[in-house]
Amino acid sequence: MKAKIYINGISSISAQNLDSEANPVSYHKTIFPAISPNYKEFIKPMALRRMSKAIKMGITSAKVALSEAKIEIPDAIITGTGEGCKQDTERFLENLLDQDEELLSPTSFIQSTHNTIGGQIALNLGCKNYNVTYTQNSASLESAFLDAEMQLLETSENKSVLVGGVDELSEKITQFKSLDGQLKSVDIHNLDLLKEDSPGTITSEGSHFFTLSTEKNNNSYAEFKDVSIKNSIQPEKINEEVEIFLIKNNINAAAIDAVIFGNNGDNRYDHYYKNLQQNLFKNTTQLAYKHLVGDYDTVSGFALYSACKILKNGRIPSIMNLNSSTPKKLKNILIYNQYLGRDHSLILLSAV
Amino acid sequence: MINLQTELKESIIEQLNLEDMEPADIGNDEPLFGDGLGLDSIDALELIVLLEKDYGIKLTDPAQSREIFVSINKMAEFIEANRTK
Repeated sequence: MKAKIYINGISSISAQNLDSEANPVSYHKTIFPAISPNYKEFIKPMALRRMSKAIKMGITSAKVALSEAKIEIPDAIITGTGEGCKQDTERFLENLLDQDEELLSPTSFIQSTHNTIGGQIALNLGCKNYNVTYTQNSASLESAFLDAEMQLLETSENKSVLVGGVDELSEKITQFKSLDGQLKSVDIHNLDLLKEDSPGTITSEGSHFFTLSTEKNNNSYAEFKDVSIKNSIQPEKINEEVEIFLIKNNINAAAIDAVIFGNNGDNRYDHYYKNLQQNLFKNTTQLAYKHLVGDYDTVSGFALYSACKILKNGRIPSIMNLNSSTPKKLKNILIYNQYLGRDHSLILLSAV
Repeated sequence: MINLQTELKESIIEQLNLEDMEPADIGNDEPLFGDGLGLDSIDALELIVLLEKDYGIKLTDPAQSREIFVSINKMAEFIEANRTK
């Protein structure tokens, strides 16, 4: 029998304040930062001083997710990041130009690699176990989950794996997204994102970590059923592809109680979501979240975090509703995401 | 010499991101590594770069840094004796 995987700890740092679901934070920008917690509660000042925001967010959210699951040292740390430590990369490159390629500060170079976040989490915890970082554009977090799924399904022991996704803003590299039309050409209100009929989206940063385990406990949020990634899907095939994923998991569309879509207000690519909204899931509760936290490579972590809370609390925040359908029960939630018509991912969760 | 020590403290605070610290918080004879200020090996690399950039001193023997980076006073003495700018 296939082993089960449970999500026993979750954590989120994003542009929204987690305590004020009823009053979401509104921005009038195409690029807005995540709201920082008090990092000093989680990281010693001497270590904190040289960390970029991605590292600070990563360590803090990793520690919260572990603490929720009452795990001190996980059996693996698996991190997804689309663009890694951009702030240090930028600092290093600027330094390179300013210093005419001489006398470079080592810190920003050392911390500019994508796997710095996972490494720093391990150093902070004193964890010498398996540690891998996946960088696969907007399927980076899902790639990390694929690894975690394989590790947990192949074991007969009780194991706990820390899985998460982190991406940060940086002053110049993030602005490059404007140059190739990834962002809206004018500032808009984030909460109006889904009413937009124009190219591009809005972006932000964040960190989401999850403690997965083969055993459930009193704090379990959900059962992690499956994850799937497809780099490319023809628009007219999207319903079929989702059905194939559902069949693989012995479930059909009617048994899905809510779908969390990644609509990001980009009228060039939101048709993937709209096709599903109008066909396979036309009678299903449809939810969205990128109007709250922007779009970035590992933002689906916010969808997963939200799905965990919905399944545990049995309540959907009204700000996420895309349609007026109310689920009769909240047993199965599907998350579908894509970016620029690529990196399509599906995650299926079930209540415990 | 006193000016150089204050200048060094300001540079170290800035270069090593010692947030919430003022030059007055660093004692001239306080150990920079270990139990004193608590700097680490990455900081040592930053200090080597600082010596070359600000004072034109190139450390060719890494072991030399152990003797120089003992305290602010030791660093200031070494800079006074070897600076080229």
